[in-house]
Amino acid sequence: MEIAGRALHVTSIALAISTVIGVPLGTWLALTRFPGRRIVTALIYTGMGLPPVVVGLAVYLLLSRSGPLGEWSWLFTVQAMVLAQVIIAVPLVIGVTMSSVLAVDPSLRLQLRGLGASSWQATQALLGEARFGVILGLVAGFGSIISEVGAVMLVGGNIDGRTRVLTTAIVLETRKGNFDLAVALGIILLAISFATNLVMVLGQGRLAEVK
Amino acid sequence: MKNPLRLLAVLVIAALLLAACVPAAPTEPERLILATTTSTDDSGLLDAILPVFEEAYNAQVDVVAVGTGQALEIGAAGDADVVLVHARAREDQFVAEGNGTARYDVMYNDFVIVGPADDPAGITGAGSAVEALTLLADAQAPFISRGDDSGTHTKELSLWEKAGITPEGDWYISSGQGMGETLTMAAEQQAYTLSDRATYAVRQAEGLDLTILVEGDEALFNPYGVIPVNPEKHPGINADLAQKFVEWITSLETQELIAGYEVNGQQLFVPDSEAWRAAHP
Repeated sequence: MEIAGRALHVTSIALAISTVIGVPLGTWLALTRFPGRRIVTALIYTGMGLPPVVVGLAVYLLLSRSGPLGEWSWLFTVQAMVLAQVIIAVPLVIGVTMSSVLAVDPSLRLQLRGLGASSWQATQALLGEARFGVILGLVAGFGSIISEVGAVMLVGGNIDGRTRVLTTAIVLETRKGNFDLAVALGIILLAISFATNLVMVLGQGRLAEVK
Repeated sequence: MKNPLRLLAVLVIAALLLAACVPAAPTEPERLILATTTSTDDSGLLDAILPVFEEAYNAQVDVVAVGTGQALEIGAAGDADVVLVHARAREDQFVAEGNGTARYDVMYNDFVIVGPADDPAGITGAGSAVEALTLLADAQAPFISRGDDSGTHTKELSLWEKAGITPEGDWYISSGQGMGETLTMAAEQQAYTLSDRATYAVRQAEGLDLTILVEGDEALFNPYGVIPVNPEKHPGINADLAQKFVEWITSLETQELIAGYEVNGQQLFVPDSEAWRAAHP
């Protein structure tokens, strides 16, 4: 249970950071025109498909004592795992936020301006319209990072009581031939994933009603 | 209209609260990163003995269990404070290159060649490990190699070299995984493989369908050594605690713990530190 708690803990922090970075950036990208925007968009979409294990390798090399950020002593810690998960989730959150905001009827924005809304108020209203997509993006981000194993194994080291999370514990128990335990952990992971999605879906429903 | 940013804010705050709930230790124990092989960890030995060290030195030992090759790499990069591995020649090289301060004997066990009980290649009773491998190559019997640069893989390659055989072909399968996965794979495919005795014994106790076919050859000797990482190369190393760890694991008391560690009544590691040898001439 401690392992499940840690998995939730690490992933929640990573998702919170990803949200803080990704939602504003995605909204900004959707509402701003600037040269090279298409290239940035293509880069974001590439980022959404980054192989997690490559992210893990990059973070590992970055944080290794022989690497550029070695002084932080972050390798084989929870911070390293959060960092890797943020890098995996941020493009996802940006990308989904961007496309959700873009999907809002463009005339709405003009209308809002016409009604005298400030740019900030207009942005808020647009985000409001796009919230289903954004929430879906967050759910997707959560699902992808809590079930990710390669990157957290590399940068966390799967240390008992410190950086062992559900996915790495499943790998370990399978290696040790403890299939019962591995399956039990897998079921917990599924249950967490399901519960989170359920909460998000219910939240969406409530939002829709309020509207 | 309800503010959508509020939902986001609530989510973020909830996550941060979760983050704040991490229990803080009363007096923060000192952290020691031990890079070691899967055999010492998967066999349960470290779980059995490390709490004694953690208690005595108010330390937190973070065990990173990987193959010997990777463990030595982690040490060379300064990402571990101490390494406990089993590939003698590479350990000496590690020290010679200035990555570690010195190598100390800790314990040994042995490798065994395991395979299906009906032994289709007929290696049971082979005079030596080299002879057994020669028989396997002649019969093209499926053999699963770790293929992961671990201590066991290093040993396996040295045995093939001694046999004058370059193992290749469909029968020679490189799993690229740890000992546990490789044993599982061998059992599933009823193939042969080389395993350290500890990992095999633990897995066999759980009903692994493989039998020891060749054992007892001197060439299968499997010594484990401990090496503190050189703090001169990487100032961030916790050299003090690493040295204390080396002194502790080679001490007579700990060696007795190692001798007493059994799985299903079978002793898995034989203590072999200087202190132990002095006390048991």
